Amino acid sequence: MRKGFITSPVLGALWLVIIASTVAVTMSFATGAAFRPQVGLSLIWGAVAGLTYVAFPARHAPARLAISVLLGLSCLSGLGPVLIGLDTTLQASLITVIAVAVVMHLSLAEILKELPFTELTRHEFEEAVIRFCTGFGYIFFTAIVVIPFYVMVMTSLKSQQALLQNPLDFSVDLSQGTALLRSYTELFRDFNFGTYLWTSFYVSVLTVFITLLFSVPGAYAVARFRFKGQKAFSRSILLIYMVPMIVLALPIYIAFSLTGLRNSILGIVMIYPVTTIPVALYMLQGYFRGLPTEVEEAGLMDGLSRLAVIWKITLPLSLPALASVSLYVFMIAWNEFLLAFMLLDDPSKFTLTRGVTMLNSSEIPRQHLMAGAVIATLPIMALFLGLERFMTKGLTAGSVKG
Amino acid sequence: MTSATPPTGTGALAKREARLAWTLLAPTVISVSLVVILPLLAIFWISFKPFTLSDLRPPAPVVRESLRGSGDDLRIEYRLRNSSQEIAIDGVTLSDVLPDGVVAGDVAAPCVLDGQDLFCDFGTLEGGQRERIRIPVDVDGDPDAFEDVVEASEPRVTGSGPNVLTNFEFSLDNYARVFDGAEFWGVLWVTLFYTVFGTIGALVMGLFAALLLNKSFKGQGFIRGLYLFPYVAPVIAVAFTWVTLFDPFSGSANALLIQMGLTSAPINFFGERPLALIMVTVFEIWRYFPLSFLFILARMQSIDSSMYEAADMDGASPFQKFWLLSIPQLLGILSVLFLLRFIWTFNKFDDIFLLTGGNAGTRTLTVNVYEQAFAISNIGAGAAVAVVILLCLIAFSFVFFRFISREEGL
Repeated sequence: MRKGFITSPVLGALWLVIIASTVAVTMSFATGAAFRPQVGLSLIWGAVAGLTYVAFPARHAPARLAISVLLGLSCLSGLGPVLIGLDTTLQASLITVIAVAVVMHLSLAEILKELPFTELTRHEFEEAVIRFCTGFGYIFFTAIVVIPFYVMVMTSLKSQQALLQNPLDFSVDLSQGTALLRSYTELFRDFNFGTYLWTSFYVSVLTVFITLLFSVPGAYAVARFRFKGQKAFSRSILLIYMVPMIVLALPIYIAFSLTGLRNSILGIVMIYPVTTIPVALYMLQGYFRGLPTEVEEAGLMDGLSRLAVIWKITLPLSLPALASVSLYVFMIAWNEFLLAFMLLDDPSKFTLTRGVTMLNSSEIPRQHLMAGAVIATLPIMALFLGLERFMTKGLTAGSVKG
Repeated sequence: MTSATPPTGTGALAKREARLAWTLLAPTVISVSLVVILPLLAIFWISFKPFTLSDLRPPAPVVRESLRGSGDDLRIEYRLRNSSQEIAIDGVTLSDVLPDGVVAGDVAAPCVLDGQDLFCDFGTLEGGQRERIRIPVDVDGDPDAFEDVVEASEPRVTGSGPNVLTNFEFSLDNYARVFDGAEFWGVLWVTLFYTVFGTIGALVMGLFAALLLNKSFKGQGFIRGLYLFPYVAPVIAVAFTWVTLFDPFSGSANALLIQMGLTSAPINFFGERPLALIMVTVFEIWRYFPLSFLFILARMQSIDSSMYEAADMDGASPFQKFWLLSIPQLLGILSVLFLLRFIWTFNKFDDIFLLTGGNAGTRTLTVNVYEQAFAISNIGAGAAVAVVILLCLIAFSFVFFRFISREEGL
């Protein structure tokens, strides 16, 4: 197995299948025309290319270049790695040919870097396999993450007919100008989305605020004071953190129905913080523990009270942690679906997620639903990308709730 | 001189500290008990009761008052009825104050008039029973003006039906219903499949992604941010996107598969057994791999690099370094992640509910809670399923706490 003339054709063959599939899928989505990877032919071409690359070292570049060009051009004849549909424009066909040839040439040279023709050392072999897997991993993960989000945005910009006509066409007709955003303007004009956006926003901000108000003193107490039941308390926080919402939702639904809190924003604002307090408490106490006690003790010596120490010393020191927790709690409240779905029936009081659920009906076109999804996603994404450092920190500290 | 022996017992300072600690914790403890502990106890209570959605409005006497007739035949009428058709209400009384200027004639039983105070005692009102009280009256002045005055004074009614929620009758019917037949075992099997494969899948994907990004290059932060998208986006947005993407008629996934020649007819991804279950599991893996990825990456970056350098000196190959150095170092975080994700996936509701609504063989225990309580409107049965979930959860957390004490930092 660890022979250059075996390893490289195998890796080359598998790699070309991946490249051919990627190019075919990308071109299908970009143009809406028919492209199909040919697995059998890809395997053969890939094996030949892999063999060529180990047979001719990098200084004999022309041989490597020739096989890549041949491999790309073969697509035009129907005997290449990618089968191009008959009604495809010349332009799209040429892009496909060039993409296959160039990507294959560059990536195969990288994967089979310095691989000798015959005997391979264990290092050479494993490193080639790792380079192959890395290449595959980047393509795979990027595809699975980018495609759904692109579909979301693209669908929201298209009419139902266009979607049904050719579901493969991922292109967006930019020439329409502002008409492109029709579903968005309709959501804000006819479906109250402005109100929902505002409701979601202030409910989330209130949740963050109340959560911090409750959890900062609590976390400080758990982190700094020694008292009976401290350990049990820490554990019960974690335990409560694991209780499924659907189990709590039933009694809450009953209680809210009986007291008339159902269908009110007040009820939502009362419930949301309680679901986030355990998380915040847990994250903050971990952070407070890491802070040096000496600074606080110095403050106590100078005659500050405990509360003054928390307010004047501990909190300013833990601003990054507070930012992480706030972001994380904001995200939970903004994304919350179950409670809003169960407790709110009155369309004038919907949060954004509840409003989007309303759009999931056969009478409302798909594009509106997707536009609603985009409206719900954009703010949290913008916040996330802008404050990525805090967010990832918040996520790792916040354990794995979800 | 102070003695050098350390103090024993709880000193004044320690007491004060404990008191301050509990004061600081009090708001949290109170709010969490109200919204978590109380409902948890309530769910046990409800699970032993035949409680349905309609019981949320207990039977009550309903009264309407009006001034009718004219001239000599002028009368005040009270119409009283039981809001429920089946359940009787006990201790039904009606009391009202007649407005000044209204002179009442004879009042028939069960009512008595004391000055302007009217009081009627109906005793028990059977299900669907209606009562009508007529009181002939004289008014000085224009009857039309009095109509508003009479109807403005709200009569008070008392009476209480049996409240299923608060009485002390218990039954095991809900549990019998939940465990009855093959359905429950089907649900349990689906839950376990979803949980086990969802958890393992997310962990393996997360490990793979972490290995990819465990080196510094330009744009690493951007790619890391990108890979976290599925987790950060609202569940409604991503779930509906998947439904759109895999739609049998207008979905891109089907169009792509048909064009690639992998299938000839459109596949109903979220509507067929057993494909729907596989799809919701794949969705779970897709949505939560970012989280395991983030944790594993954080741990990888804290591994001391000198260990790898030493291994390089000894001629270890990349795979050997991965299996013999990285994996043992990551085992702790992997096991904790597995346990936590296992519990969380077991408890997951939103994702499946939004993707399939629990149809096509994807009904897990949590979806079953919702189905029983709201689709069949039997809250008691839903509560019984919830109790089953809770018991599983307690068992899991027992295992969890045995592990977590070994793994610090989580």
